[in-house]
Amino acid sequence: MSDSPSLRTPSQRIAWTATIVISALVFIFLIAPILAIMPLSFSSGSYLTYPLPGLSLRWYDDFINSPRWMTSLKNSMIIGVASTLLSMVLGTLAALGLAQWKSRFKPLVLAFVLSPVVVPGVITAVGLYFFFAPIGLTGSYLGLILAHTALATPFVVITVGATLQSFDTNLARAAASLGASPLYAFRRVILPLILPGLASGALFAFATSFDEVVIVLFMAGPEQRTLPREMFSGIRENISPTITAAAVILTTVSVILLATLEGLRRRNERLKGSSA
Amino acid sequence: MTAAFLTGADTRTEVPLKRRLKQAERARQIKALALVLPLLLFLLFTFAGPIAGMLWRSVDDREVRQALPQTVVALASWDGKDLPDEKAYAALASDILAARTSGTIAIAAKRLNYALNGFRTILTSTARNLKAMPEPGTAKEALGKINLAWRERTTWTTIKDASGPMTGFYLLAALDLTRNVDGAIVAAPPDQAIYRNVFARTFIISLSVTALCLILGFPVAYLLATLPPGRSNLLMIFVLLPFWTSLLVRTCAWIVLLQSKGVVNDSLHWLGIIDEPLRLIYNRFGVCVAMTHVLLPFMILPLYSSMKAISPAYMRAAASLGAPPVTAFLRIYLPQTLPGIGAGSLLVFILALGYYITPALVGGAADQMISYFIALYTTETANWGLASALGAVLLLATLLLALVYGKLVHGQQVTGGMKN
Repeated sequence: MSDSPSLRTPSQRIAWTATIVISALVFIFLIAPILAIMPLSFSSGSYLTYPLPGLSLRWYDDFINSPRWMTSLKNSMIIGVASTLLSMVLGTLAALGLAQWKSRFKPLVLAFVLSPVVVPGVITAVGLYFFFAPIGLTGSYLGLILAHTALATPFVVITVGATLQSFDTNLARAAASLGASPLYAFRRVILPLILPGLASGALFAFATSFDEVVIVLFMAGPEQRTLPREMFSGIRENISPTITAAAVILTTVSVILLATLEGLRRRNERLKGSSA
Repeated sequence: MTAAFLTGADTRTEVPLKRRLKQAERARQIKALALVLPLLLFLLFTFAGPIAGMLWRSVDDREVRQALPQTVVALASWDGKDLPDEKAYAALASDILAARTSGTIAIAAKRLNYALNGFRTILTSTARNLKAMPEPGTAKEALGKINLAWRERTTWTTIKDASGPMTGFYLLAALDLTRNVDGAIVAAPPDQAIYRNVFARTFIISLSVTALCLILGFPVAYLLATLPPGRSNLLMIFVLLPFWTSLLVRTCAWIVLLQSKGVVNDSLHWLGIIDEPLRLIYNRFGVCVAMTHVLLPFMILPLYSSMKAISPAYMRAAASLGAPPVTAFLRIYLPQTLPGIGAGSLLVFILALGYYITPALVGGAADQMISYFIALYTTETANWGLASALGAVLLLATLLLALVYGKLVHGQQVTGGMKN
């Protein structure tokens, strides 16, 4: 608390202490639920209460040996990876184009590209349900991959776009003046420099798809149920400890994603710091 | 001229160079647009098209037209003041006889039943009892005999209103309005007027959640913005981890915590504060708590970035000029955080408006928001016109707010309010 902003008066000190206390409570509010659910997945009993009757891995065993859960995990991976790849291609191209494009319509186009994030999931889902059903894309992997790609691409455009903002276009010009073809210049000069942006874009895209449930609720057939979809019906029916095991697995995935992203951010800051 | 002056070339090269530059620039612009085009086309197919289709469905009204084509034509010239003439009755009888075998009559009956309760029975009973085409000139009498409803003006105005090809019926219904027998827009009968309530409820829940997020988020953002970077980065984990944790995990966690045999009730009981478990979930309280938890990071991050931009020198200057801390805070600091407060609040409010999963899982029947009804009418009752109309209203509200948000964060980085 000694490094608090210059505190002179007692009232300032009280205000600062209050800020710290309230913040601590909010941090507990934010973290406690996620932490509280974890030990329950290791319980040997079938009730979701503390104290735990004993420790066991039976619910993880249950998860791994349940075809329902494993299929949903597999589906989440397939759809997540496919829509990440697709949104990377579309999003990176668009970000590169938007960085060079000068037009008064640019804000409008940008707003359109980003709008899938803002439009409520239910509206997108209902629209897709009506639109995809007649052409046989509901109840198919392709339909879900396309829908998830639409939701994930804005994040790729944002992250790659942000990286391009700090990208020195003279480097591309230098490459061109040295005789590199545009494709070669992209591969050898631009790509390595925007790679961190691409990587965080990919993480966002994957996380978006991996956590999406509203569209899956409307569009997935029994074959395409994803992990969040399985959790949704599990929570609705009756929360069993197997769901808490699934929750821990999902949280672990998010922690890995977050840690990778944080690593990328740090690396980026270090690079910026060294070049300055 | 400048180009010629700089290169020292004679003025003859000036025009071609300018033109060449312009051409090169145009080629660059076309190339840039070509890079954006795949995504635009993709979004047209997977996002804009489907939403446009949904909007279209909210005004599309062709079921009755397809099932009862002659009736629709006969009613076109009807002024709606008295019962229609014999011609319309004959057209209806002929339409019903023709449509009886196909499924179209059932689809039309469903549509007409939305507008007038009991219409399905009227139509199906008529279809069942109408054995053959009535003798010329007796259709009015014959139909009236089969079902008394054909002697009422409302029955016929309902068909006329539903004769399409477009209708304002669903959009009016989404706002608890309807057309009366004379075609004037009036309030819907109380048993059908539920959506204004639902919108009000959606609005109130979103507003409460936004207010809670602001109250809880402000001190946290202030702390994070004031602490030295090392510490605030560490504490940022507390904001980012929940942000990245699956929505369903968090909703599930709240159910585990708040249920009657959950951690919170157990602890309160153990502490001797309560004897009976409190009802903390499947009600408004649970919805607000869980939604605040989910949306709080969306408030903290924009607040944090706006506070981070405020130089501490302002507060020091205020203090050195003799402003008491409270005054300095209210007059100097708070106004500078307003863009962040605005952006964060709008973002949270927009996201809250469209929420579906959390209220569906932790709310009771009286806490379902507008999204729930859109989903219900789409998948359960297949009243697609109404689902689309409710969706159109929600979309309009969201886009208007997003427009304000766009104006507000204009100039700030686009990423300010997003993840990252």
